[in-house]
Amino acid sequence: MKERTTDKPAEQQNGRRNFTRRLWQILGVVALAEFLWFIISLLRPSKETHKSRPAESLRVIGNVEEFPAGSVTPDRVNRLYIVREKDGAFLALSLTCPHLGCSVLWNEETQQFDCPCHSSAFDRRGVVLSSPAPRPLDYLPVIIEEGQVKVDMTGVTRRKRFEPNQLTYAL
Amino acid sequence: MTEHPATEKREKSSFGLILHLHPRKVKRSTLRFTLTFGLGGMAALFVVIQVITGLLLKFHYEPSPESAYNSILNLQESLLFGKMLRNIHHWSAIAFVWVAFLHMLRTAFTGAYRPPRDVTWITGLALLLLVVLSNFTGYLLPWDQLSYWAVTVGTSLLSYIPLAGEPMRKALLGGAEVGQPTLTNFFNLHTGVIPFMIIALMAWHFWRIRRAGGVIVADKDKESPMVDTRPHLVNREFVVAITLLAAIFIISSLFDAPLRERANPAFSPNPAKAPWYFMGLQELLIHFHPLFAVFIMPVTVLAAAVWMPYIRSTDTNHGKWFLTASGIGSAKLAAAAGLIVTIIFITLSEILPDPEALLPGLPPLITTGLVPFILTAGTMWLFLNYIRKRFFLNRSELIQSVIVLLVVSYAILTVTGIFFRGEGMNLVWPWNL
Repeated sequence: MKERTTDKPAEQQNGRRNFTRRLWQILGVVALAEFLWFIISLLRPSKETHKSRPAESLRVIGNVEEFPAGSVTPDRVNRLYIVREKDGAFLALSLTCPHLGCSVLWNEETQQFDCPCHSSAFDRRGVVLSSPAPRPLDYLPVIIEEGQVKVDMTGVTRRKRFEPNQLTYAL
Repeated sequence: MTEHPATEKREKSSFGLILHLHPRKVKRSTLRFTLTFGLGGMAALFVVIQVITGLLLKFHYEPSPESAYNSILNLQESLLFGKMLRNIHHWSAIAFVWVAFLHMLRTAFTGAYRPPRDVTWITGLALLLLVVLSNFTGYLLPWDQLSYWAVTVGTSLLSYIPLAGEPMRKALLGGAEVGQPTLTNFFNLHTGVIPFMIIALMAWHFWRIRRAGGVIVADKDKESPMVDTRPHLVNREFVVAITLLAAIFIISSLFDAPLRERANPAFSPNPAKAPWYFMGLQELLIHFHPLFAVFIMPVTVLAAAVWMPYIRSTDTNHGKWFLTASGIGSAKLAAAAGLIVTIIFITLSEILPDPEALLPGLPPLITTGLVPFILTAGTMWLFLNYIRKRFFLNRSELIQSVIVLLVVSYAILTVTGIFFRGEGMNLVWPWNL
């Protein structure tokens, strides 16, 4: 750097120079933050919105008679299982293993849900029988109307344990 | 050189790029094949292969869930050498992970991670991660059962990272599950963002090697005479490159890259396995709570690797695979311990009842997370203390033994995951798979 000749004292000059440098640094950080914010906002919500359709959240799974007491019926399209208790109560369980998102399979012989990815197992109400799954299968609210079993697809609910209020009785 | 100056000049310019990447002269002692096994050069060659084959594949690939699978089928069936092209890209990708990993082991063993090579080491670690990430993002593109479920499992791992995990997963998937936004994201990452980052980091990696004065050599070889890069180094590199290319071509013409049925979100294949380089992690997930298996343990290992160059050590483990005979003994014992303890651990956790049955009423974070983690870490700490005292190890050798222990254990986990896990992820013999 060449020395510039001014009649101002050196100290004052340095103060101004430091101030400008600091200003540039702050501006740089602000610009970086803006840029990051832009990237994050670009990644985040955009694509989901244009695909998500508000479609009917209540799906008809079948007639009440199609599910005999004590049965477990898969619905692959809606990715859930309809469990019917011996006393006729309905329980809708998500097909997705809460461990790492694989689809669990119902094993009729052992009467349990098995996860093909990490060998988690769940009983017929979705409660964990063997790890590594950290919580029971999610359940969905069941509504019985005019002899039809309907499931509210938006109501996927996490739970810690099985409770009787998760069941729905056909009246 | 006795050549005519004009000839010399012309020849030099045709080798401009090579001489630009290399110094004009190198130490004769660095030419020995067993010093480096040419692994870094191989990794660089794989970048070139993957860029070329990848760009060609891009002409035929359609990144949408409806047409991706068919575009791969079409590429394989109706295009001249289409299948060959995909095979080369596939097998090179696998070999690339191997070569990059072995390259890292070589630098770790020969002590080439210490300053002034610390930045080279850290950029190298970042490059290894990017190579794995590149592999993983490429895995989804064929949109078959293999890729769909591997990516479902792989991205679900993220959701166990505290706080940032779930937003990261949502951002990567572009939604709640694997779908069109996921494919868009992965396609862009795989064919744009990651290759760009790899090439930029490679330049930095190379520049730091040049600045450190080239490949690391042992003290006794420091005084070795300088020889011209061309022909001595360039010819050797050419032989390695040609051999590697030939091997990749032979493998690609003999074995086809796997392609299963079209992705079906309703059915996980049984067993559903992650890509092979994540199988060790998946095996770990069977035994440990996800918070430990995918966050605490990998982050600890990664942090230790980044911190490694700055661990103070009095010795100079430079350019030699082992410093002393006791270092070899300790490494052997560490390898044997890793082998036996990991096998016993896997077998025991199969025979013994699940931890939550032994400790009822406690949350899974403690029963399948903290308890086995403390047991494992404690055993390892005791063992390391024992070998440090028994073999009178210095810091460099202790680090080496830790690396051997971890690599052997992870290798056993990976092999178990790939060859010994059958339906329902139960232990089976490989011939019953």
